Amino acid sequence: MDVVWFLILSAFIFCIGAAGVLTRRNPLVILLCLELMLNAGNLSLIAFARMWGDGGGQVFALIVMVIAACEVVIGLGIIVAMYRARLPIDVDEMSELRG
Amino acid sequence: MWFEDLMFFLAAIGALAGALGVVVLRNPFYSVLALVGHLIALAVLFLLLQAEFLAAAQVVVYAGAVMVLYVFVVAYIGGSDEPLRPEGGAVAAFGPIFAVALGIELVIAFAASGLQALDSQGADVGAAFGSPGQIGSLLLQQYLVPFEAASYLLLVAAVGAVVLARRRRGLEEEDDDDERRREAPVETLEVRV
Repeated sequence: MDVVWFLILSAFIFCIGAAGVLTRRNPLVILLCLELMLNAGNLSLIAFARMWGDGGGQVFALIVMVIAACEVVIGLGIIVAMYRARLPIDVDEMSELRG
Repeated sequence: MWFEDLMFFLAAIGALAGALGVVVLRNPFYSVLALVGHLIALAVLFLLLQAEFLAAAQVVVYAGAVMVLYVFVVAYIGGSDEPLRPEGGAVAAFGPIFAVALGIELVIAFAASGLQALDSQGADVGAAFGSPGQIGSLLLQQYLVPFEAASYLLLVAAVGAVVLARRRRGLEEEDDDDERRREAPVETLEVRV
């Protein structure tokens, strides 16, 4: 397969994720859509690594996976804290964070 | 070669369907399940790009561990259905328009770019490309500093999650904290004895 097919697929996935972040209001689903965008970036990185025959892109994708895991942990922690404080699970209602 | 093409299109359809499912499904639990399917389809695509280690890490770490975390949180806070189209206004309607415009722009950028290498199968790489051995030697030799930074980041995130999820003095937990404060001097006395 030509590399360009993978890049076009990654562009579509990125846009679907961006549309989800812009339209959904549940913070859980927004985190899922952020995962979609990060994975689209990973697919691009790995496609470029294959194109140049350079393993650096794959290492970069691995680091992106680590960042995504950190983001999930912190985001879910914030959502659980919101739930415990009896706040509505809705990003439009949440306008400030204060410990 | 036809087998690779077939696998690419099957995995691409799976990845796009999973991504659309994440955005369109109303129940967050089904969104998480759609994301699991999307991640597995992406792992197949990684295999087609000769990234064996990353495909395995994608399935084990992402579709395994991270998604289990999501499922726990959805089960904890309860997946509540939300209306897809928010009632409030003009700003929300611009979201899909922005996304479609971004997609068209990116596809034009890729498909109409003058890079000759984009229309090729890529460089000739050996069978060791993307293997755990190669990734490991790259991580420990050429990319040691990002590797260590990522490990510190994981540590910071773990500590941050503990701080975020700890019991704090809220409305309903004051009684627990008061009891703990009353018990605390007794413990120190016992330690001194």
